[in-house]
Amino acid sequence: MASWQKTKDNFLGQKQTNLLMDLLVYVVLAIVGIIFIMPFAWMVANSFKDIRGIYQYPPTFIPEVWQFGNYSEAWTMTHFDLGFLNSAFVAAAVVLGQLFTASLAGYAFARLRFPGRDKIFLLYISLMMVPFTVLLIPLYVQMRWFGWISTLQAVIVPFLFTPWGTFMMRQFMVTIPRELEDAARIDGCGFFRTYWLIILPLTKPALATLAIFTFVNTWNSFLWPLIVLGKPKVKTLPLLLASFQNQSGMRTPWHLIMAAATFIVIPVLIAFIVGQKYYVRGIVTSGIKGGG
Amino acid sequence: MAAGVASGMSPGKPKRGGLAEFKRAFTGIRRGETIAGYLFLAPNFIGFIIFLLFPICFAFYIMLTDWSLSKQPEFIGLKNFETMVNDRLFWKSLGNSFYYTFVAVPTGIFIAFWLALALNRKMRGIIFFRTVYFLPQITLTVAAATVWRWIYQPEIGMINHLLEMIGIDGPKWIHDTKWAMPSVIIMSNWQGIGFAMLILLAGLQGIPEEYYEAASIDGASGWQRMRYVTLPMLSPAIFFVIVTSLISAFQAFDQFFILTQGGPAHATTPLTLYIFQNAFSFFKMGYGAALAAVVFIIILVITIVQWRLARRWVIGFDEDDN
Repeated sequence: MASWQKTKDNFLGQKQTNLLMDLLVYVVLAIVGIIFIMPFAWMVANSFKDIRGIYQYPPTFIPEVWQFGNYSEAWTMTHFDLGFLNSAFVAAAVVLGQLFTASLAGYAFARLRFPGRDKIFLLYISLMMVPFTVLLIPLYVQMRWFGWISTLQAVIVPFLFTPWGTFMMRQFMVTIPRELEDAARIDGCGFFRTYWLIILPLTKPALATLAIFTFVNTWNSFLWPLIVLGKPKVKTLPLLLASFQNQSGMRTPWHLIMAAATFIVIPVLIAFIVGQKYYVRGIVTSGIKGGG
Repeated sequence: MAAGVASGMSPGKPKRGGLAEFKRAFTGIRRGETIAGYLFLAPNFIGFIIFLLFPICFAFYIMLTDWSLSKQPEFIGLKNFETMVNDRLFWKSLGNSFYYTFVAVPTGIFIAFWLALALNRKMRGIIFFRTVYFLPQITLTVAAATVWRWIYQPEIGMINHLLEMIGIDGPKWIHDTKWAMPSVIIMSNWQGIGFAMLILLAGLQGIPEEYYEAASIDGASGWQRMRYVTLPMLSPAIFFVIVTSLISAFQAFDQFFILTQGGPAHATTPLTLYIFQNAFSFFKMGYGAALAAVVFIIILVITIVQWRLARRWVIGFDEDDN
């Protein structure tokens, strides 16, 4: 209650709470909120319609005929089970790999003294700025050399290493008080044990942020998989969704496409709702976008 | 905020002494630490060299060649760039990239700014709205664009239906050369506004309340408080949002690929899509890499110009900078 009474009001810098203003803001927020939610609602509503309901004019929001079978039909038509496994495997591998390499290197940059450390760190930071568009072609050629085209390695291995994640780890680990480590070192812990037993547990918030970001980005990733994953067997979910809508015959089966879109979006929504705190903090502190 | 990141990264003075320093690090009491340092860094650094440093250098070579992958690359010097100058589609896609970037980013940030102001009020249920506005941001672009493609359908889509209800005969959206780009921009802003909003909101929450109190005591009006307290104090966050949004808008790909496939009549082919087509549909690796270099240069120039301009209007920019 106390915090409610101390209402601060930064809108145009006005000091006292203005009830009318509050009401107006609510109305605007609600209208904007409806605009933001509408496409999701439309997607879910249409995923339950039959083909006639989809092409019916004028369209209705609530399906007249509820067709729950759309989900299983879309699932089998697009071989989503395989796509799901591919996507999940790729996301898990990239997340774990990045956590491992980034936290190890972050610790080296933050704590250990060795010649060339600062120069290497500077190199990392400057290459962080290089847009991925520049890497597309050379990396693709490299994947051909390695014989990795249409294999999952091509979307996993190059992404196990993250300058941005390393940078984030380093920035976080620098703030951990040195005394904690010193105590462990005096007790005879080696560098790896210190990292494993002392540093990693203290770095959990940063690790969680990196994990959620990497998961969302990998799960949503489209351009690179589109280039290197040609065979249906290795396709990830976004690729399946994209090719599904192009193989249409006479009438695009929008109800099936909407069903497919719905269950691709769900894992990310869950990840976001579970880890919203870390995700938001990650964006605010690092400013790196997740998702699209 | 970007400047804050920059200040955090200053790694101290480079040490002199090269080889001697190197020897000492491996022989003295710090030997263990040196070895541990390299071992800890190794997995990351090896990947960094193979998958980042090498491709970047390799790109410089590829852009100077004629290479279809089926035969050996042929070194042709700057010919790809000559081709580019006379390539009508290159100029078209460059123009599209600029159109998209410089319309989508300012409008998006403008809307995000007002939303952030509204969300900064201490009201019940505000977190709910924050989450709702942010949901599109984490939705994968492919799925979002798919839904919007259907919403934009001229005959059966939702938008034209809603417009018809209020008596407007809607355009053909993604099937119309004039409306296709605005359609992509609307969809992209719907998806991307959550990001800008969140950064600006964090910036607003960092403004000490005393500043507003002091301004009120001095008799500042609501507008004056906005002009002389909110905007200047928020300038680092605004700057940061502008730079990151411009960079990512210039690289946008997914929404174009799904919504319009670059059409109709190349009206929505941005540079990224043109690179993709050249490299992976026509297998012109050299030309694609040369086009990618243009993207890189433009992003670099945008960034440098922004940092230069920032000195004029971003509060505390110079102090943070070094």
